[in-house]
Amino acid sequence: MNNICVYCEIEDGVVADVSLELVSKASKLASELNCEVEAVVISSGTEKIAEQITPYGADTIHIADDKRLHPYTTLPHAAVLTDIINRKKPQIVLVGATSVGRDLAPRIASELRCGLTADCTDLVIGDYSDPKSGREYKNLLYQIRPAFGGNIIATIVNPETRPQMATVREGVMKKEKTAKQHKTKIEKIDTMKILDNVNFAVKIIERHIEPRKVNLGAAQIIVAGGFGVGSKEGFDLLNDLAKIVGGEVGASRAAVDAGYADHSRQIGQTGVTVRPKLYIACGISGAIQHRAGMDSSAQIISINTDPEAPINSIADVTLVGDLHSVIPKMIKFYKEQSK
Amino acid sequence: MAFRIIVLAKQVPDTRNVGEDAMTSDGTVNRAALPAIYNPEDLNALEQALLIKDKYADTEIIILTMGPPRAADIIRESMFRDADSGYLVTDKRFAGADTLATSYVISKAVEKIGNYDLILSGRQAIDGDTAQVGPQTAEKLKLPQITYAEEIIDIKKDKVTVKRRLERGVEVVESSLPALITVHSSAEKCRPKNAKLYMKYKHAKTPTELQTIADDYLNQSVRNKDYLQIEELSVDDLKCDIQKIGLAGSPTKVKKIDNVVLQSKDSKVIRDNDTEIRQLMQDLITNHTLG
Repeated sequence: MNNICVYCEIEDGVVADVSLELVSKASKLASELNCEVEAVVISSGTEKIAEQITPYGADTIHIADDKRLHPYTTLPHAAVLTDIINRKKPQIVLVGATSVGRDLAPRIASELRCGLTADCTDLVIGDYSDPKSGREYKNLLYQIRPAFGGNIIATIVNPETRPQMATVREGVMKKEKTAKQHKTKIEKIDTMKILDNVNFAVKIIERHIEPRKVNLGAAQIIVAGGFGVGSKEGFDLLNDLAKIVGGEVGASRAAVDAGYADHSRQIGQTGVTVRPKLYIACGISGAIQHRAGMDSSAQIISINTDPEAPINSIADVTLVGDLHSVIPKMIKFYKEQSK
Repeated sequence: MAFRIIVLAKQVPDTRNVGEDAMTSDGTVNRAALPAIYNPEDLNALEQALLIKDKYADTEIIILTMGPPRAADIIRESMFRDADSGYLVTDKRFAGADTLATSYVISKAVEKIGNYDLILSGRQAIDGDTAQVGPQTAEKLKLPQITYAEEIIDIKKDKVTVKRRLERGVEVVESSLPALITVHSSAEKCRPKNAKLYMKYKHAKTPTELQTIADDYLNQSVRNKDYLQIEELSVDDLKCDIQKIGLAGSPTKVKKIDNVVLQSKDSKVIRDNDTEIRQLMQDLITNHTLG
């Protein structure tokens, strides 16, 4: 049976959360398809990597350990992953939709001439009948994503080509350890056989990667602002509220694009997916891409001057009013009553 | 020193203004129903090319775009900002292409233009947000790729130095040339149109557009000036393998399109007054959501 392959991203000896989330998802898809999960690690100094992945349900971990493979550059990682795919012929390949994954996955999909869907918000196994040829396909990967300004949700399939490739953003899938102990096989890859000088046309000469400043995924309370916040200064107000209630500040894409908030705070399909206890949406209209990143929040409060804003329909409480007037009141009454 | 730079630019529907007729029944985009704009990150890419031209005046900037006949606007818009020439890849048989089929056609067009030092494009287009066509085109041409570029720090005869903007930091990389670079929105904004260049290039036309100019005098005067010719490239001009283009060349198929249905909750509506906001905060504290 053709397996499911997950490319695992490594930074500072730690496997990225998005990769573990994808191993978890792959493990569930694999039990439906009755196949196995093969994780791929391409880095250097990988002694402590396998133990981080195993609990999430990998049956095999392919490890390519070579000094030249860290930090990530496109061509050598593409060469190693393509080599594994060509040998193992997985039916599905999953990659995190990070700046690494979005650089790597299309390169590989082009080389293998297979289909690739970016930023999926769900992956489901299902059948497909081709409307033109009438051919039936069993157990394809439905790659589901909002498209076109968020006005629609598209289900994409790759009937003829393999592997079926998809990228998924961090936080979209749940990171869950498997119940049963996995016996994981380790397969070492001889990189000398795969890599040559052509793969090193791009050299890193300087690199500053900062530890993550904002961890929206872990926040229990999120105060998020949209285009309606109106300015960078408007976000100061959100900061004040977040600080007082012990939350983090998030933003919609429109607010980030307008320069009101930093990209690292973006919530939604092309940002982070969050599931906090309380989500306070301030001046956010609620395009589907944004809702895709926050609609599993336990409780949602929408503050909006527009009583018909789409986000209000998924809010538990809609506070109709201008956030510039409402937030100071929230802060004041919270201070009064929390003592 | 001088460089020959190809900028890949796309005309995109302005997804910020989407109406009900935006999608056709077979799930592809009905571009005719939407205002068309210059893809924002492609403008960032054009600016990087222009900055190189500022430094090395003999640099040549060639715009390559793919789309319906009206996408020639993108080439003119670029010329008004000091691009030198442009190619419009257009043919009904290209319709329905996914990113793989698109990158195949673009790579064929790049090969036809030939003799380039650098290819620049935006990181992604706002109608799909996939960021796939850049890397896929690089792979088809067997070129090194540098994605998420924020600044081209230096370019020499056979080497380019680029600053990349990543999620959690920056990276400076060096690549041999030719290479393909995709430019991030954090890069310098594109300069405005130049009035003199606008006057020079406003009548730049594709052969298809020339056929529609009834004014003989204007028609002739455009034909007489080489710099006003926008070249069109078809499936046949590019000698494309018909199995690799359009729907046939696209491994991804749209199974279905769902309209977005809002799952409405029983939303409690409150107003901006002291009593109701005080009550809200009290409730949040009482049920331990806050504090």
